[in-house]
Amino acid sequence: MSIKLGVPSKGRLMEKTFEWFARRDVTLTRTGSEREYSGEVAGIDGVALVLLSAGEIPRELAAGRIHLGVTGTDLIHEKLPLWEQQVKPIAEMGFGHADLVLAVPAGWVDVDLTEDLDAVAAMFRDHHGFRLRIATKYHRLVRDFLREAGVADYQLVDSQGATEGTVANETAEAIADITSSGETLRANHLKIVSDGLILASQATLWRSRTAQVEDADRAALNTLLKRLG
Amino acid sequence: MSEARTRAFALRDSFVDAGAQVVDPPVLQSADLLLDLYGEDIRARAYVTSDAMRGEQMLRPDFTVPVVRMHMAHGADPARYTYAGEVFRRQEDDPDRASEYLQVGYEVFDGSDPAAADAEVFSLIFQTVAPLGLRAATGDIGILMAAVEGLKTTERRKAALRRHIWRPRRFRALLDRFGGRTAIPESRAKLLAGEVGTDAPLTGLRSQSEIDARLAALVEDAAQPPISGAEMECLDALLAVRETLPFALSHLHDLSIDLPAIKVAVGRVDARAEALSARGVDIDRLEFEASYGRTLMEYYDGFVFGFYAESRPDLPPVATGGRYDALTRRLGKGVEIPAVGAVLRPDLMTLLEGAS
Repeated sequence: MSIKLGVPSKGRLMEKTFEWFARRDVTLTRTGSEREYSGEVAGIDGVALVLLSAGEIPRELAAGRIHLGVTGTDLIHEKLPLWEQQVKPIAEMGFGHADLVLAVPAGWVDVDLTEDLDAVAAMFRDHHGFRLRIATKYHRLVRDFLREAGVADYQLVDSQGATEGTVANETAEAIADITSSGETLRANHLKIVSDGLILASQATLWRSRTAQVEDADRAALNTLLKRLG
Repeated sequence: MSEARTRAFALRDSFVDAGAQVVDPPVLQSADLLLDLYGEDIRARAYVTSDAMRGEQMLRPDFTVPVVRMHMAHGADPARYTYAGEVFRRQEDDPDRASEYLQVGYEVFDGSDPAAADAEVFSLIFQTVAPLGLRAATGDIGILMAAVEGLKTTERRKAALRRHIWRPRRFRALLDRFGGRTAIPESRAKLLAGEVGTDAPLTGLRSQSEIDARLAALVEDAAQPPISGAEMECLDALLAVRETLPFALSHLHDLSIDLPAIKVAVGRVDARAEALSARGVDIDRLEFEASYGRTLMEYYDGFVFGFYAESRPDLPPVATGGRYDALTRRLGKGVEIPAVGAVLRPDLMTLLEGAS
């Protein structure tokens, strides 16, 4: 057996991850054709590379099918209840910065804080007869945040993509989504609620608390962690 | 049959002996109705499922709503119901709590003498759990609601407070704002000074006239004096009441001199104390807490109670109950049927018996 390292299988996140490991003398490479999801690890023995969608890495870590994995804080918090018991952060990697924020139409001059949103939600429900809709794919994180903030009379509507467009399309009144520069929000005439930062996320190396480490692999894991930590 | 299930049916039978009729509502409940009642938070607590024909359905998170609906559709008046069966709760924060467990309930729809009905339900549960030596907690949300109604402030402020009675932290923040104890946020001050504008086009369903209406309301509110220091102190004192029932009552009577709006609600506590005594409950040892029950489900609006195992603070309450007239009003679209009820957890009763 060997230590299994799960990393994102494509895009900038994969490239940045490869660079980050390379700076620590661990060379990750994809093997085979461009479309084949297989890879290998050089510079250290006993470590196998597993290429996965970033969204699946939390689940694989929690199930103990990989020992280490690279994915965003947002995905870990959303997908793993009581995540602290299942995974442990090893290193924040300094890229893939993304904030999960609450945003409302920029034309809502009367809304700056979550308490404003709460007041607007009450009036909206009276006026329209249904709860103010917030589009997101981060249901758990957003619901927990709004409960903490004391916002009532809203409903979450699921949006798996182009979330910023839901307001103009009138399928939602507000959104909660990942943003890095705020550019897409501005282009869609939305503004961030001032105290509406739900989570600051970045690419992070996680260690599974559930994966079994065989005696033969312990040395490899320790060497790897020493080099990365 | 498991021990808890055997016990559940035995408890239900004992409630039949107390005069209740057995009901057996379906497990699948319309999600729309529960969402409308409880808001988005119910999704964090209940399992949602769906099919193409009926849309979203929830595995019943409790029996109260289906029993109320059934009673409203074709119940005789007065009526007493009992049931036993599984309820389903998602547990996202505590893996040690059960996500499927048995509940046995007793619900009374009888408006003729609310104090007697309250006492009937409480004493029945009290006797049922007596061998377990539990701590009983009681309260009455109607007192706080009456106190809010009676405040010498605007209807809008009262509505905001009323809306957050079941969210104690938000309620406190609003109260402190309205009482002038905390300043308005900087962004609000700028908005009121006319210093906030935007070049962005307005998108979405919420119209300019709705924004203007809120702005007008904010301007109007800013011109209002804060809730008086005297009223604020009375509310603080009210929220802090926590003692045995006779002491709590004398405290509440003192407070009602300065807060005359709570007189009627305090009178109900008087009548209930008498009815409890008449049923043999030792009220000198019964705790009363004015803030109790505000974080239970959002439908209790009068008498509330719970039974707790003091040796096991990690366990949820073994029994909870209360009066939910407001729920029947909402489900009945304005038609209110006075109702009080309680549920027991037979699994916890068995667990605690095994431990002692």
